[in-house]
Parts: sequence; structure tokens; C-alpha cells
Amino acid sequence: MGRTMIQTEKLIYEYERRDEEGNVVGTSRAIDRVDLEAVEGQFIAILGHNGSGKSTLAKHMNAILVPTGGTMWVDGRNTKELEELWNVRQSAGMVFQNPDNQIIGTVVEEDVGFGPENLGVPTDEIWKRVEESLKAVGMISYRHHSPNKLSGGQKQRVAIAGVVAMEPKCIVLDEPTAMLDPVGRKEVLKTVQKLREKKGVTVILITHYMEEVIDADKIYVMDHGHIVMEGTPKEIFSRVDELKSYRLDVPQVTLLADELKKRGLAIPEGILRKEELVNYLCQLD
Amino acid sequence: MSIRLENLNYVYSPGTAYEKHALKDVSLTIPHGEFVGIIGHTGSGKSTLIQHLNGLIRATSGQIYYNEENIYQDGYNMKELRSQVGLVFQYPEHQLFEIDVMTDVCFGPKNQGLTLDECRERALEALRLVGLKEKYYKASPFELSGGQKRRAAIAGVLAMRPRVLVLDEPTAGLDPKGRDDILEQIAYLHRQTDMTVILVSHSMEDIARYADRIIVMNHGEVMYNDEPKKVFAHFRELEEVGLAAPQVTYIMHDLKERGLAVDTGVTTVEEAADEIMAAMR
Amino acid sequence: MIRDITIGQYYPAKSVLHRLDPRVKLVSTLLYLISLFLFKSIPGYIMATLFLFGVIRVSKVPFKHIVKGLRAVVMLLMITVIFNLFLTRDGAVLFHKWIFTITEGGLRTAVYMTIRLIYLIIGSSLMTFTTTPNELTDGIEKLLYPLNKLHVPVHEVAMMMSIALRFIPILLEETDKIMKAQIARGADLESGNMIQRAKSMIPILVPLFVSAFRRANDLAMAMEARCYRGGEGRTKMNPLHYKTRDRIAYIVVIVYVIGVFFVGRYVPLGIWIF
Repeated sequence: MGRTMIQTEKLIYEYERRDEEGNVVGTSRAIDRVDLEAVEGQFIAILGHNGSGKSTLAKHMNAILVPTGGTMWVDGRNTKELEELWNVRQSAGMVFQNPDNQIIGTVVEEDVGFGPENLGVPTDEIWKRVEESLKAVGMISYRHHSPNKLSGGQKQRVAIAGVVAMEPKCIVLDEPTAMLDPVGRKEVLKTVQKLREKKGVTVILITHYMEEVIDADKIYVMDHGHIVMEGTPKEIFSRVDELKSYRLDVPQVTLLADELKKRGLAIPEGILRKEELVNYLCQLD
Repeated sequence: MSIRLENLNYVYSPGTAYEKHALKDVSLTIPHGEFVGIIGHTGSGKSTLIQHLNGLIRATSGQIYYNEENIYQDGYNMKELRSQVGLVFQYPEHQLFEIDVMTDVCFGPKNQGLTLDECRERALEALRLVGLKEKYYKASPFELSGGQKRRAAIAGVLAMRPRVLVLDEPTAGLDPKGRDDILEQIAYLHRQTDMTVILVSHSMEDIARYADRIIVMNHGEVMYNDEPKKVFAHFRELEEVGLAAPQVTYIMHDLKERGLAVDTGVTTVEEAADEIMAAMR
Repeated sequence: MIRDITIGQYYPAKSVLHRLDPRVKLVSTLLYLISLFLFKSIPGYIMATLFLFGVIRVSKVPFKHIVKGLRAVVMLLMITVIFNLFLTRDGAVLFHKWIFTITEGGLRTAVYMTIRLIYLIIGSSLMTFTTTPNELTDGIEKLLYPLNKLHVPVHEVAMMMSIALRFIPILLEETDKIMKAQIARGADLESGNMIQRAKSMIPILVPLFVSAFRRANDLAMAMEARCYRGGEGRTKMNPLHYKTRDRIAYIVVIVYVIGVFFVGRYVPLGIWIF
């Protein structure tokens, strides 16, 4: 096992609820005693319905939020320590849901250069990084384009390049595909996989699309701020009814396999790919 | 009661560098009471198409007949058409603006010139139809959760009692349960009333589950217009234009190739399970 | 409809004007605007026109595109015309009915003011057409840098401007969408008196503000996540250094301003105004 990239220990995040006049009427727990670990180079998925706390958790990995209880370490640094703030943000880059609201530049390459500029990287080095990152996400031919003329998937790839240019060890993607069409979704996932293979970055993917996480090393399922399930995709997807109770679903193949199993066919649990199911069925026949 | 499109063409920003032929010679008939699914990749013209149905966009050429009346003829009542053909845009919750949900839902009926009592009556009916709990009626629309906001916004269109309901990706951005809930609610609406439902979606699985008929758009043209089984039989052609068939359709094809006697026209999980069980026996 | 507004938008092209240092373009635009008020005669107008058309040619921005940008300010132009036309009382009366009087001087002022205003708008939009907002920001920041010593937040102001420019097209598109959605709900945006029409804008403005705030919030977070912490310690992707072409540009503009001043004042051609 490699180095631990991201680790939380009994992480709690509470916020104050206020009435119309702005008086505090109580506190709510968005995250409740979460323990999570991601090792360098791993692909970790966090699943959960809207409002389950998964995005709040993601924001902790980049020190946009700091825990009100417990601890979060990013690459060995405690995110609560103020002097580590910029190091934390540099080592764990973040890609958000809405592609329009995270692009700052009006030209693709200017946007990718924004991060390195903030880090104080020398000019020549910025250009080198911009070029490399745009190549890595396959957007180099769009370098002089306006982001407004790109498709959703292309915008997200530019956003990813913007993070890659900061040379992070870990990329946290907070529902990067929620606003995209199926083509865009595939584009973004392929890009992320390629980055992982080539640069060995740790990937934390937050999503509610199940098809996106079947290649994950580990899946955490969140509900009401708790981690309610954790395990490999196979382990997680073999618990179809439990997933459904957390407002999630499983890919159609898994659903079909589960249905057939309920009707009495001898099929193993946690089927993720259609080839697997077809093979089992043909053996049975 | 039907919508009929005849050789509809639409060109964006003609004569400029951004000129785009968004609809090419589209001819369609949508009979009353049908549940129609429209699929197509981004930029295929499906959003442009549905905005023609209530006259928000005027075709460059071609005709639209609503109940056999040409909507482009002089003196046609567009306002009346817009209350007959309700259009729910993508992320409709972004259009909520009133102080509470009830008042917001009343906006449509109010514009139709109804009395306050009638507005309230219709709003209540619409809110019940979308399954929003009564405790939210007096809440600010901005305090609701994503799924609830979307229901409130759909109710805002339903309160106008449209005969045709057009929804542009009503499940975008929702989680799986939220997605199923909204679709179930729409299917329920379709069963309860005799409304025509036109659903634009990216999810083949969803469309296969609910639609009587599927219209596939590609580069501004109608590529297929048929019942789901027949459309998804063309899964290879669909893939070429960036679309796909539901996952189960692929499984059935693979099984058949491996010698299992199953019907490949299956598009939902239940049907597939039935087929496989029958074939295994 | 509303999306056709092109004013203030960067127009990508490969021209000398695009490559110039943004500081040159900022200073030159300012000088050009001042120059429009330096002369009072037809030869001056001819020179200003020739200079403007020359710059448009060099910029490689299609003339049609520039004219389209003017559409957005037609109202402003109309108001200028009306005010100057009816409120200036100078010289022979050309037309008089009830409270409306048009004088020779009024007509002349209206025509000249309109030309000035159009040139002013074209001149400044040429700058935004050929300069990306980021370059513009860099230029302003560097030009105004001395003010930093007086505790003026130069970098922050420049950054805000650049973000505003990036989000104009997005918000316009959004306005378009919201308008359509409310029209689909039977909203009537066109008829009624002033008060009714103002009221009918509420269903558009409220969602637009909500969306703008949401975007601002998202963007602030995305910027922080990418280690943005103000101007201090920041390096530049395109540091500004004057090159030969920039010096030449300065000379050309200065020659033009001096030229227009003298031609406008001392070449005794055509009619004088004022």
C-alpha cells in the first residue's frame, strides 16, 4: 500500500440554523463522525443522494470547509492549520458540478493558467504546464477558444485541466457529470481515468450515477451525513435493496441479475457488467 | 385534438457566422393522449423543436397545426395556445420567483385572467397532482429541496390546465430516487388526465419505460419515429449518432447471439426478466 | 433576441491590434475619446472618421459585427438626438409646432453629438473586441498600479471587471431562457403602461438575481479552490512588456491626436459649429 492521501477521523461538520431575523435557533449536523481513507493512486467513489452530505464532505478535502469536530488530513496535512491552507488546496484540486460557474478565463488557455498564476509559478513554467494539461485532457486544439462556445463535457475537461496545471496529487470531483448529457459524461470519465493511469493521481469522485463507479477501488455510500456502506463495487452492488433505501439505484444489469436471482436463478451477487451476466446465463442454460 | 407539424424548418441567426439549420423539414403528427419520448444528443434540435410547439419560436418555414388550426395564421390566439400546450423548461425551478409556492403556482392561471378563487383552486389541484406536501404550500420556493422545487415548478405549468404537457429533461440533476419519483408522477398524471405528454430525455432507460412512441432527432432531422421496441432495434445506428439503447436491450442481443431463444425487442428490466425466465425453462 | 448583443465581447482574430499591449489600447482609446472633443469642424470629423476606419480595418473585426453592437445602445442614441434636437435653441428656426422647436443649431448639435457618441462607442468597443478581459484586467492593473500606494484595491477592481465581462453572455442567455419560460406561463411582457410593464419584469428579475448570486457564490468557491488569494504573490501568464509595435502604436496615436487638434482648429474648411 502506498501513502495515505486523504484521511478523516470522526469528521463532524455542524452549521447554525437561523430564523428569519438571523438568530441562531440550533445547529444541524451535515456530516457526522465520518471515517474515510484514500491511498495514493486510488480511485475512491462517494455515493449519496442530494442532501446526503457528500458535497459538504468533498469541500473539506480542499479546505473550503474545515471540520467543526474530528480531523481531516490531506497528504499528511491537517486542514485546520491555517498555514497549511494553500498547500492543502494545491495538493487536492477540486472540480465542481456547474461547468459555467468555475471557469474564470474568457479564453481556454487563460483559464488553465489561472491556478498556476495564483501559486506564483514563473511565466515560462505556466505556459509549459498549460500546454501539458490541455494535452492531458485532449483539449489542446481548443486553447484559443472561448469557453462559452464549448459543450458541457468540454467545459468540464477545461476545468480539469485547470486543476491538473496546479500539479495536485489528488483530484476531487464533486458531481462533475450531473449537468452533462451521456456523451459529455463519458468524455469526462474517460479523461479522469486517463489522468489516473498517466499521472497516478488519486481520484475522489462524488456522484449519484452508479455506472460511473464500477471501476472504483472503493465506494463509500453516504446518507444523512453518515457513511452507511463501504466496500468494493461488487460488495456494494450486491446490496440492491439497501442502496434503494438510500435513494440510489444500480445499473440495469445489476438490477436484472438481482431480479433473476429473486426469481430463483443461481446467479452470484454484485454483477456489474453485461458480459458477466451473459456468461453466467449461458453457463446455466 | 392533435399537433401536426408540416415541413418545419428553423434557421438560427441567418446571414451571420453563427447561422445554423436547427430543424430540417420536420413533419410529425402527435395524436392526443399519447406519451411521446423525444431523444437526441445535445444540439440535435430537440429543444428547438419543442419551443415551436407553443409558438415561443416561429419557424423559418413550414406549418404547425394545433387541433387542425394553423397557429401561424393571422389572428391566431397565441396566448390561448400557450395555455393549451404547457412547456416545462430544463431546470424549471430556476424560474420560481414568488414569495411562496402557492402564489408562484397561481402565476400561470392569473395570467389566463382567472379570478383569485379559480386560481387557487387550480393551483391546489396542480400541487396535489405533482405530489407536493401541503406543508410546503406556504413556504418560500427557495427553501425547498431540489426535487420539491422541481415539483412546484411543474405544478406552475399544470395549473394552467394544459391539454399537452411538454417537459424538457425534467429529471436533470436529480438523484436516482428523485428521478424515479418525478417520472412516476408524470406517468401518473398521464393516466389520471387525458393529457398528451411529450418528454425530452437523455436517458434511454427512462424513455423506454414510459413512452408509447419515440422520436429520435439527429442534426435537426427526424431520424426515427416509432414505438420503442422498433426504435431500439436500430441500436447500432443510434450509437453512431451518440445515442444508445437501454442496457437490457444489449444483454438480450448478446444472449441471442450465444444461442438463447429470447426476444431482442425487450426494453425494460421486468420484460427482460420474464423473457429470460421463459427461455431458461 | 437578447443574445445578439455583441458589445463588450471579445472577438477572436489574428491582427496587430489583437497583439498590442493592452495598456497601449487603453491609453489610446482614452486619447481617442478625448480627441473627439478637441475639434469643432468638418475636417476634424473627417480625420476622426478616417482614423477610426483605419483602426477597424487593422483590427480584422468585421464591420457588420461592430454595427450589431450599436443596436444595444440605440435607445441611448435616440435620447441624445431628442434632447439635443429640441432643447438646443440656436440660430434660425427650422420647424415649430406646439412646444417643439427645432433650430439650425439644434439640428447641427444633434447630428454631431450622435456621431461623437457612435464613434465613442465604436472606439471603446474596438478595445474590448480586440482585448481579452484578462488582458484588459492586466492592463488596467498595471496602469493604475501607482494608486495601490494610496490603498486603492487596484487588483481586486480589475479582477471584478474581468469576471463581470466573462459572465455577461452567460447571464444574457439566462435572461433569454427565463423570459421564454415566463412567457410559456402566460406572462405578458409587452403590453400595458409603464408601471404594469415594470411590474411584469419581476418574474424575470427575481430569478435572474437568484441565479446571479448562486453563480457568484460558486465562482468565489472555485477561485478559492484554485488558490486565489488576491494580487499578492501572483505571477502572470502574460507579463506586460512594451515591444516595438507598442511604441509605434503610441506614436501613431499621439500624431493623430495632435493632427486632429490642429486640423480641427486651424484648417479653415467647412462650417464651424458652436
